[in-house]
Amino acid sequence: MTDFDITSKERDGMAPHGTKVGLLRVLGPAHVWALGVGIVLVGEYMGWNFAVGKGGAYAALIACWFAGLLYSCVAMIDSEVTSTVAAAGGQYTQAKHIVGPLMAFNVGLYLVFAYTMLEAANAITVGFLIDTVAVMSGHEGLDQRPFIVLAIMFLAWLNYRGVLATLTFSLVITAIAFSAILILFLATSPVFGGDVLQHRALMTDLPYGWLGILAAMHFGLWYYLGIEGTTQAAEEVRSPARALPFGTLAGIMTLLIAATLTWYVCVGLMPWEYLGQSGVPLFDAARMSGSTGLMVLLGIGTLFATLASANGCINDASRAWFAMGRDHYLPSWFGAVHPKYRTPYRSIIFLVPIALIFALGAPLDQVITFSILSGLLEYTFMPINVILFRRKWPLDAIKRGYEHPFHPLPALVLLCLCGIAYFAVFLGYGTQLVAMIAFYIVVSLWFHFWRYRFVRRAAQFTMPWPRPQGY
Amino acid sequence: MARYEPPTQSKLGQIVDVIVLLVLTIGALYIPLWLGLAGSAQTSNVPENPTWESLGQNAVMVEKWNQLGYADPAAAAELITSRFDYSFSIGSLLMMIVVIVGYYAIMLRFSEKEYREVISEKFNGE
Repeated sequence: MTDFDITSKERDGMAPHGTKVGLLRVLGPAHVWALGVGIVLVGEYMGWNFAVGKGGAYAALIACWFAGLLYSCVAMIDSEVTSTVAAAGGQYTQAKHIVGPLMAFNVGLYLVFAYTMLEAANAITVGFLIDTVAVMSGHEGLDQRPFIVLAIMFLAWLNYRGVLATLTFSLVITAIAFSAILILFLATSPVFGGDVLQHRALMTDLPYGWLGILAAMHFGLWYYLGIEGTTQAAEEVRSPARALPFGTLAGIMTLLIAATLTWYVCVGLMPWEYLGQSGVPLFDAARMSGSTGLMVLLGIGTLFATLASANGCINDASRAWFAMGRDHYLPSWFGAVHPKYRTPYRSIIFLVPIALIFALGAPLDQVITFSILSGLLEYTFMPINVILFRRKWPLDAIKRGYEHPFHPLPALVLLCLCGIAYFAVFLGYGTQLVAMIAFYIVVSLWFHFWRYRFVRRAAQFTMPWPRPQGY
Repeated sequence: MARYEPPTQSKLGQIVDVIVLLVLTIGALYIPLWLGLAGSAQTSNVPENPTWESLGQNAVMVEKWNQLGYADPAAAAELITSRFDYSFSIGSLLMMIVVIVGYYAIMLRFSEKEYREVISEKFNGE
């Protein structure tokens, strides 16, 4: 077994690349939880409800649970690999060490686009929420664009200034947004004396039959999309082997509870046809509860959830872009760390206009679909990754901080669920699916035949691992 | 094995590479939008002079629509009757499968070739 022990608490703040200035190791398990849940919790506040539109209320619940199973597999697999590959870039760095450079380049792009599109979706929701509040207070025709730009610019500035302040900010607003969902559930639930939920009268049969359940898996992923982003902070966590699995698995449990509560409250307050197309479903649910206090609370919750998510997305997308720059997969200019704030500042700034282009120019459901598709391609990579990881470095070859149970069952389940999710996206959004994969094929050829010539071969392998078996 | 020394890329070359990537990204994501090919395949079948009954809404649903600001069934008719079209041909499904499997096959094949070079240089050089 290799001498290097990832579970050691003696690791310093240096990057594992021999650079003089590494990212700052200041984060604990609560920050990891906040990063994961903070990115994803917005999925309960908007977007998940398009699953209701694609298959009806019951289909959305079934999709929620199947997607929960998919993400449980993702969290288990990711926790094992990340507890060993603790470096900025998360799955990108895993792919580089386990599968190969081209896979890593693709995974890096999946991460950047999944998070940047999610950031754009969050900014669109901020604008939509402010517009809704303006209409309710008698101010029709508000221009949403300044609010979208302001949200992205403010959060990018926060990320530029430092990771600890950024994720502490996320921790606080995520906790408030999560509490708002619990309070809405408690205030409306008949268990606690509420009588506003009317499931019996509002629930209908499956409008598209069983095919609708499959189709609903598309937006069912939105309940949890981004939880795997916890690994992006691997180089900035004080004790990665403990904090990353703990934070990620606690995060998925939090989200499973929040997703089920969200579905329960919303389908008991709105007809499915409206819910399936709502821009801010939890805020609408609070409006329908008849309580002004709840409406204000869920309005604040929606705003905080979108800001926390966009905040985490900027954090994660910039780390992936930074890591690719550091390895020369992209121009090395992006691989710089700020001398004072020790953040990947050039990557943070560079991704701002891309997020703005989509936030200001594309419809919400399509931006979400772009994000989901990139996420889905990434989840398809994960079973391949973990199977190769166990084959190249069996359990006795490298000490893991966490070993996921029942291997290879989670990998095979994940692969099957990804297949179902591709079919779900194909139903209704097939053109985007093919366009996106065509893009990845073209950039893969560009990387292999052009860009890869600028990459040092051995320098990509930075982990102090033994030689992989079979090579 | 001889250690591979990559060429130094000029600043202009780096800028061109970033522009290529940006154009490909924005193109792939925006071209379907510009061509009107992206997005949900939804259709609405709004009946003439719709009533809440003809739209299949019960008393509780009507009350909820009113609370949501849809006092008139005609205003809500498009939302209520909007449906996805899930019909597809086996040919298009097969094409999607071929594209996805082909993509991963190409990627894993090229990755494996590159990976062997990395491992060879890393561990044979020690």
